[in-house]
Amino acid sequence: MEVLKIATAGSVDDGKSTLIGRLLYDTKSLTDDKLQEIERSSKSKGFDYLDFSLATDGLVAEREQGITIDVAHIYFSTNTRSYIIADTPGHIEYTRNMVTGASTSTVSIILIDARKGVIEQTYRHFFINQLLQVKHVIVAINKMDLVDYSEEVFKEIKADFDALIARSTFGKQQIHFVPISALQGDNIVSSSSNTNWYEGANVLSLLESIPTKEVSKKSRARFPVQQVIRPKTSAFHDYRAYAGKLYGSSLKVGDAITVLPSKTQSTIKGISFFGDHYEEVEEGASISLQLEHDINISRGDMIVKSDELPGIDKQLRAYVAWLDVKSLKPGAKFILQHGVHRVLARVEKIEKVVSTDFSGSLFGQKQVDLNEIASVSFKLNKAIYYDAYNENPGNGSFILIDELSNHTSGVGFIR
Amino acid sequence: MQNKVFKANQLESESVHIFREVVAQFERPVLLFSGGKDSITLVRLAQKAFFPAKIPFPLLHVDTGHNFPETIAFRDKLVEELGLELIVRNVQVAIDSGKVREEKGKYASRNSLQTVTLLDAIEEFKFDACIGGARRDEEKSRAKERIFSVRDDFGQWDEKNQRPELFDMLNGTIELGQNVRVFPISNWTELDVWHYIKQEELEIPSIYYSHRRNTFLRDGMIWPDSDFIVKDEIESVESRQVRFRTVGDMTCTAAVGSAADSIDEIIAEIKLSTISERGARIDDQRSEAAMEQRKQQGYF
Repeated sequence: MEVLKIATAGSVDDGKSTLIGRLLYDTKSLTDDKLQEIERSSKSKGFDYLDFSLATDGLVAEREQGITIDVAHIYFSTNTRSYIIADTPGHIEYTRNMVTGASTSTVSIILIDARKGVIEQTYRHFFINQLLQVKHVIVAINKMDLVDYSEEVFKEIKADFDALIARSTFGKQQIHFVPISALQGDNIVSSSSNTNWYEGANVLSLLESIPTKEVSKKSRARFPVQQVIRPKTSAFHDYRAYAGKLYGSSLKVGDAITVLPSKTQSTIKGISFFGDHYEEVEEGASISLQLEHDINISRGDMIVKSDELPGIDKQLRAYVAWLDVKSLKPGAKFILQHGVHRVLARVEKIEKVVSTDFSGSLFGQKQVDLNEIASVSFKLNKAIYYDAYNENPGNGSFILIDELSNHTSGVGFIR
Repeated sequence: MQNKVFKANQLESESVHIFREVVAQFERPVLLFSGGKDSITLVRLAQKAFFPAKIPFPLLHVDTGHNFPETIAFRDKLVEELGLELIVRNVQVAIDSGKVREEKGKYASRNSLQTVTLLDAIEEFKFDACIGGARRDEEKSRAKERIFSVRDDFGQWDEKNQRPELFDMLNGTIELGQNVRVFPISNWTELDVWHYIKQEELEIPSIYYSHRRNTFLRDGMIWPDSDFIVKDEIESVESRQVRFRTVGDMTCTAAVGSAADSIDEIIAEIKLSTISERGARIDDQRSEAAMEQRKQQGYF
């Protein structure tokens, strides 16, 4: 079955967990024992309603403090497809977890409290969504029951949000506005009679209509080699295949290819998976390739079509979302992991720190702190084979690993 | 036959990618094998990831000594058929040496004692990556897990300070003494696993199918009768038509009344079920945070 990945965003108490709980409940995805657990916990906390956040806040510390600290992954399905929701934290100090959740999602749901309207966290979350180029954004204006389901309030908030969209750098993003009450169930899985003035789709119908996979026609086939398969058994004595996952576009047997960094040319002789052979492989598949010629290829090398070479460079400019409490500073060295390829990187220059409230950029800032986003230039010890993030996200992003703590300290989007 | 377009099965491709990353990034990986459906699925995914080469790591079974005999027989058959290397470490050894104390009373189980034996085995073989079949949809603290989950040199999980995982880039860099738990089927649901077992025509232990078994009722659940469980006088053993939806050992796994004796019937039954899979796990019912506490100690 097809899988659609969703991330939620919104400030604390905007009702993210309630919305997810409502989606689970209304699609009958909550089993009796889980529901009983929620009833039990809600009662013991003295609530007279079902606190669905107890279904998603899985850690003791989260339930004690009543906040979401880390991303929880929630699963549900309808008759047509499966859904994975990354329920991300609303607190500013956990913005990095929001970046994590949004990085693999096709859809982002941004919640807004109808009583509060567009606030700083809305700016921040939408900014991250346009930076990550999440294809679809559902702006769910929640708690409509508390503003008498007022069309005026909905329109005002939409107008404020439209002003943000006007400043977005990602024009291809599709943005949908829905007035909801997660608590009362308005416009979640069915259209509500409380909002007769609203003619659009409810949240679930929107989710059902969004394609799970949209490959840009511009993106090129990139095949980073994860490892070389050489069984060395009598049955497969001279067998040699290159295992990896294909990004960007499809490849066919007979395609003329170039191996990077050696720039050796060859032709695809075979595409195989678990003993079966194929003429063509689609984007997103983990398979193995065989080539006409015996070439020295190792992990981290990349196979591309000969007439579609990527950028090959030791200099790099990227937007970096910083995820570590230890700040990013000029001159600092990191392990840069681009797909499965690792090189060493030195921070050359912090060009600007971008204000996530769309108010512009801060120049001359000497470091990038936790949860900040900056344009940074790097020098690498070896070239990487990359595309711009907006052309091929899979080959246009990287992570920065701190050599001392081994922590994943930042994520980069190549410009 | 060379005529087809290979279309990615998103979940399978993701899992195969993870397996290949494990072997590339770690020196001594091991697959934690329980004989249950999730670890059987892992074995098939590992076969696919490295074919035609053999699975390049051993299987480790932490045997509580209270397993269903059907599971053990299945394990040995699978290992032999696929020519895999199997390491077995017994909880009994840790009990005999006084390292752990066996629980007493009618709810006694060796489930949480497995952690000590697992950590000992990790140290003995210097495993740096332990691949497990845990899924995020199973349980609320597992919903918070990373795919590469770093454990410190005491085997413990620091759930509040996990490494971010972006796109499908996995960071397995660790210090000596640390290890990583790897969960390749994190994003699969119970039904995804069953659909895959059907698609791949995988064999599974017979106890997943409907059979007659001596059972007794306790706390609203159907417990399998065995020598390892102390029963009250009022708990009377009866033969019932049951199957197991999840397979732990005989002291912590409850049965469900069922006539399902094919994969299709099992799938139909799960779709209609109003109880979650872990609802049949007695080990999870001990407290609201039972799983998180065990995970912090080094459980998988």
